[in-house]
Order: sequence, then structure tokens, then C-alpha cells
Amino acid sequence: MTLALRNYWVRIVAALAVLTVLVIVVNVAAHGTFLQPSNIVRVLRQITYNCILGIGQTFVIITAGIDLSIGSLVSLTGVVMAIVANSLHIGGIPLLAVTLLAGLAVGAAAGYVNAVPVVKLNLPPFITTFAMLEVTLGLSYIISHGRPVALTNADAFAGVGYGSFLGPLTKALHLPSIPTPVIWMIVVIAIFTVILTRTRFGRYVFAIGGNEEAARLAGVNTARIKTLVYVISGMCAAIVGFLYMALFGSGSPQTGTGDELLEAIAAVVVGGTSLMGGQGSIIGTFFGALLIGLLYNAMNLLNIDSYLQKVVLGAVILLAVILDELRKRYLSKA
Amino acid sequence: MRDIGKSFPGVRALSDVSLTLHAGEVLALVGENGAGKSTLMKILAGAQTADEGEIVVDGHTVRNESPHAAEAVGIGMIYQEFNLVPHLTAVENIVLGNEPTRGGLLDPAAARARAAGVLDDLGIEIPLDVPTARLSVGQQQIVEIAKVLSKHARIIVMDEPSAALTDREVDRLFAIIAKLKAAAVGVIYISHRMEELPRIADRITVMRDGRAIETRAASDFPPGDIVRAMVGRTVDAHYPVAPPVAAGAPVVLDVRGITRTGVIDDVSFNVRAGEIVGLAGLVGAGRTEILRAIAAADIVQSGSIAIDGMPQRLRTPGEGIAAGIAFITEDRKGQGLVLGMTVRENISLAHLAQFINRELLIDRTRESAVAEQKIEELRIRVTGPEQPVRTLSGGNQQKVVLAKWLLGTARVFLFDEPTRGIDIGAKAEIYALILTLAQQGAAIVMVSSELPEVLGLSHRVLAIREGRIAAEFSREQATPAAVIAAATGAAR
Repeated sequence: MTLALRNYWVRIVAALAVLTVLVIVVNVAAHGTFLQPSNIVRVLRQITYNCILGIGQTFVIITAGIDLSIGSLVSLTGVVMAIVANSLHIGGIPLLAVTLLAGLAVGAAAGYVNAVPVVKLNLPPFITTFAMLEVTLGLSYIISHGRPVALTNADAFAGVGYGSFLGPLTKALHLPSIPTPVIWMIVVIAIFTVILTRTRFGRYVFAIGGNEEAARLAGVNTARIKTLVYVISGMCAAIVGFLYMALFGSGSPQTGTGDELLEAIAAVVVGGTSLMGGQGSIIGTFFGALLIGLLYNAMNLLNIDSYLQKVVLGAVILLAVILDELRKRYLSKA
Repeated sequence: MRDIGKSFPGVRALSDVSLTLHAGEVLALVGENGAGKSTLMKILAGAQTADEGEIVVDGHTVRNESPHAAEAVGIGMIYQEFNLVPHLTAVENIVLGNEPTRGGLLDPAAARARAAGVLDDLGIEIPLDVPTARLSVGQQQIVEIAKVLSKHARIIVMDEPSAALTDREVDRLFAIIAKLKAAAVGVIYISHRMEELPRIADRITVMRDGRAIETRAASDFPPGDIVRAMVGRTVDAHYPVAPPVAAGAPVVLDVRGITRTGVIDDVSFNVRAGEIVGLAGLVGAGRTEILRAIAAADIVQSGSIAIDGMPQRLRTPGEGIAAGIAFITEDRKGQGLVLGMTVRENISLAHLAQFINRELLIDRTRESAVAEQKIEELRIRVTGPEQPVRTLSGGNQQKVVLAKWLLGTARVFLFDEPTRGIDIGAKAEIYALILTLAQQGAAIVMVSSELPEVLGLSHRVLAIREGRIAAEFSREQATPAAVIAAATGAAR
């Protein structure tokens, strides 16, 4: 087996091993409630939003960048989409599609603006995206007048926000219903995994993160690729804005402005993507988000104090990164 | 060093290597890349630990478990790629990790005095108060030497110290080494440059395949014997002679008056199909910059180039590649390779479009097959296409860079220091490859700091000085003396 492949499998196996041990311990402590299918589905549903944000962020971080504006973009795109949806006199799928496209356009535009100073002036993305964080959040409050914009046609979005997928089928099979947002997450994971691992664009993302000058001299249009990763990150934020808006029946400026940004970055890093750039994976980000989600869920089931939960989460993130580093060292020796 | 042994996963890097160094002696350590020189020296300097054997300094066994421990017993190492902090001044770099303090605060005056003291002993003056990034490569090396001397090193290891230096800087380096010898410092000198060994070394140790093969006094070790010991076979050290350019061969590359303010000044020349043009000159004369301008890696203020008679307006390296230019950069790790990627991914990087299938995805099967084929063609020593290039030796890394550029259909090949820091065997293979490309009708421009290499391979030599073409020589006219005179301005 090749080194890269072995590396990949060791990573997966190690992640699964850690998860399995955790799961068994918690399940026993929680009198079996943890492993109930309904609980697992609940966790998947809860991680959907941070996972999708993390997927966009994964692209940026592999190029050795960072996008701090995603939380604010969830807020802004949600508000914009609610206003757009309320102004449309159509219904059903066309309403959903036009609304989502409007959000994606806003997210893509913000990503483009993020990227321009990074690629043209070589400014650090930490600064430009931090500025964008403030600007978009301010805009979001301005256009919403600081209040949630209620959807006049909230029912049309209910299927997306908290509907379930193939409900009759899962019911007939006595399975828990699969929430629609989880399906969105799976589709996003699938699409972006293919883009990152099988396309020229994806290969160039890794090349830029590994050695930008070598990539440029090999003919890679580094400015375009770097712009695109911020656009992708903005669009992922828009998808999350859409899902939240559909869930709450309104676009609120406060949505996305909490722990979303940092937990999305945590999911990426716990998932094995290097902040130094050059390596990472989408499926890793999913596992990172899953680990964090399971942890929160387990602590809730065990009635752990919510302040203490924060401490534990921080410790686990640190531990995960340390384990990953030790694993890399072990592999480079073995 | 006695009976040193070291193994890496799957490789026996060193076995039973013993080495003696006397005070006031220069011991040259030679061998092909991968022979174990660097590993041995890293063990001496505490950057790696040996599995077996012991190190004895002045009769005492020492345990060099860290670079710090090695420093404490007087061992200093100067790596080929310097370890200077570019934003700090020469003084700050020299005292780094060992700063004089007064009352818990830094004492700049004492630091300066210490640095100046070391440099005075060497009889050298360099700017002390500018960031080292602004010093020349030769001056940076002096800072490195001063750094180890300021820690009272009695054994100094220099890994290819002359590789990046101009001839004049090499002369100064040798003068410094002579002073070190006089001060009873022992120097271990690693080099790939055969011709400088008789000038600098007292004894020469040849390593091959992780063993010390032979040690002799330098005066009793002719180059032919050294090369034989290094490769374990006889190698024709001469440069292959390129056949003459066919009469009436068309001009492939035409460079007209390219100018980049302060760097390149109105440079014009052309290269015909099958022709190899060498650019000779001192480091910093603008040779690399001329290649970068042709490849559109830098933007020029004025001037133009044409390929096969077609005028080109190139703004990015990508457009250069599309126009048929392959630029093999001098700095493999910094500009040529993505070190974290595999051999396969590096080989395909510049021509990924070739591997895109109908679904717009990369066809990995074909990509692997092509990588395998290039590995075989160029005889790249790897476990397979999935090996990360980071783990390859210099010569094999350079072959991966070449493989990358051979995938396309380039008409113009720009080689910048194609054989720097690689072993003799790999050098000969790269010379043969350059000749083959020429025979296939490519236009070739080559830059090298090794004058014999430029003179040996080129049909024509352009001497570059201060960003201009100072003189042009045919192969017959290009004697080392004439070219050096033109490149240094001594001819006027």
C-alpha cells in the first residue's frame, strides 16, 4: 500500500477508534439513550450548519488562508434572502430556487471582495476577512433594521428547514425520519469532495497551499484559484444562511454570529486540515464536526454543566490536534 | 567519530563510519547525493542521533543529543541553506540564542563588540546593522561562520559552502578557512566541486552508500581516483559535445531589447532550433532575471520576445507555458516543487489539462501511468509515483522537475543552474537530456555558475554583466579566461 493511502486509512481508523470508545462509554453512562437512532439523527442535524461552513473553510485553509467572515455572511445572506423571498410573487420550487440563488450571489460577491486585496495586494486574509466580518454584519443589521425579517411564505420553506426526506419510506421501515438539512449536508460533502480531490481546481488548491510560487511557475493562475476558494466559502455560508432561514421562518441578523465561525474552523482543524496549508480533506471536516457535535450531545445527555462543556470542548480540540500531530510523527517514522 | 550507524525506515543510511579530524585541518567529505554525508554531519552536530557508535572530542566521549549539546562541546554546523533570521541584523544573528544581557535586558553594545571581535579575527568587514536579508549570499555565509565562531566552535562543518558563491567570494571563503586552520580549528568541508578540493583540503574522505570508502591525503588523491571511489565505477567526467547546429536552422527564440529597470538592460539575442546558448556571469549579474523575464515570471518594462517568428505578449508564467516555454528554476524547493505533494502530482502539475477526462475530472490512472513512464525514462530513484518528493535526494528531485517540463511540447527550455547540488551521476544524465532536447529541435538557454559546464555544453556563450550582454563568444572563442574577463569587466 502506498504511503499516502496508508496515511489516509490510518487517519480514518484512528478517528473511528476514538469515536467508538467515546460512544460506548457515553452510551453506558447515558443508559443507552446516546446510541438511539433518533439521537444520532439529532446530532447529524445539529452539525449540518457548522459542517457546511467548515467545508467552505476547508478550501480556504488548504491554500493557507482563513475566512473569518462566514458567520456574518450567514447573517447577511439570511436577511437578504428573506427580503428577496418576501418580494417574490411565486411559490414552490421556483421560489426556493430564486431565493437560494440570490443568497449564493451575495455570498459569492462577498467572497470575491474578500479575495481581491489578498490576491492583488498580497494582504493577509486574516485582516481582509475580519474587515468583511464587520462590514457584512453591519450591513445585515442596517437592511433588517436590527430585527428578524419574517418570511411571509414560511410554509414554502418549511420542507427545507425541518422537513424530512422520504418520510413515508423511513416511517414504513420504522426508522427515524431523516431531516432535510442532513440531506443538504450529504450533497454538499459529496459535491465538494469530488471538486477537491478529482478536479484540476482541487489539485491547484493543494499546490498553492504547498508552494504558491512553484504553482505559479507551473502555469497555475493562482489569483483565480485563490479568489475561487473565498467565493466557495461565501457560497457555503449562503447555503447555511438559507437552511437557517428556512428553519426559523425568518432571516435574522443575529443568526450565525455566535460560535459558528470558531466551531467551523475547529471542525476543519480537528478534521486534520493543516492551518499551514497544503493538506486537508472534506470528509475530515465532516468527522471533525461530528466529533464536536457528539461531544456536545453526550455532555447534554450526561447533564454536564454548560459552562463546563466549553472547557471540555476546548480540551478535546487541543487533544485532537495533538493526537493528529503524534500520528503524523509516528507515520513519518514507521 | 567511531563506527557510526544509522537506519531510517527501509534504509540503512550509515554503517560503521569512522572519521578522524585533527586540529587545524581541513577534511573534505565527498560522495554522491544519498551517500550519507549529510546524515553523518547531522549526527555530529546533534540534529540527529546515531543508532550505533560514539563521538569522541579531545579524548572525551560526547553525547550530542541536540544541536545545543553539540555546540557546548565546540561543534558548529553551517548548513547549505542558511539558518539566518532575515529581518535581524548581522549582529543580532551572530549572538542569536546567546545574547549578552545586563540586568536582564539585552545589551546591544556587548553584542556588537562580540560580533565585531569575531569578524576582526577573521579580518573581514561586512555591514553589521542592516537586516541580513539585504546582504549578499557570500556575506550571509560570513555571518553564519561568525555565528559558530562566537560560540567558540573548534570543529566547524560546512555543507557545500561554495555552491552559491561567486569565484571572488569563494576566494574569500578559502582565506577565512586558512585563518581558521591557523587558529587550530578543524573544518569538515562537504563539496561537489572536484576542482576546489586540491586548493582547500588536507585530506579527503569519500563516502558511498553509507560507508566511508577511502581516505587519503589530498595531494595523493587525483580527481580520477576520487570519482572512481565515489561512484564505484569509472565515469567519463567530460561534457558531452553537442553536434553543430544545422546550417539554416530557424530561429526559435528571439529576444528583443528586454529591460527591467535596475535588473536587465536592453538584452537582445536569439536561439536557433537545436542550439544551446549559455549565459555566463557572476551571481547577481542578471542571468536568472533574464530567464525569468522570458518565462514571464517577472514583468518587463519594455522589449519583446518571439517564438518561431510569432511575437508573444506574455503576462503570466501560464501564458509562457502555453507559448511553448519551459522554465526549469534554480531553486528546486522554493520554486520548482510542491514538496508535500507526490512525485505523480508534481510531474503532472504544469500539464494537468492533458489528464482531464470527459467528466472534467482528473484521470488518475493515466496520470499514474505517465508518471511511471517518466520515472523509468529519467531513471528517477523512487519507490513509486506516490512517494512524496520531500523524501527524495537532490538529484532525484531535479529529475522530477525535468519530468514535469518534458510532459509538454515546449519549444524553448530555460535551464537555471540545472545541476546545482546534485551528484556526478545525475549530472551526466541531465547533460545527456539537454543534448537530446537540442537534437529534437528545441532552443535551449542555460545558466550555470560552473563555468566549465557552460563552456562545455553551449554552442554560444553570452557573458552577462550588470544586466547587459557584455560579450558573445562562439564555442571556439569561449575560453575560461576570455569569458571571465568579459563577465567581470576586466576586459575593458
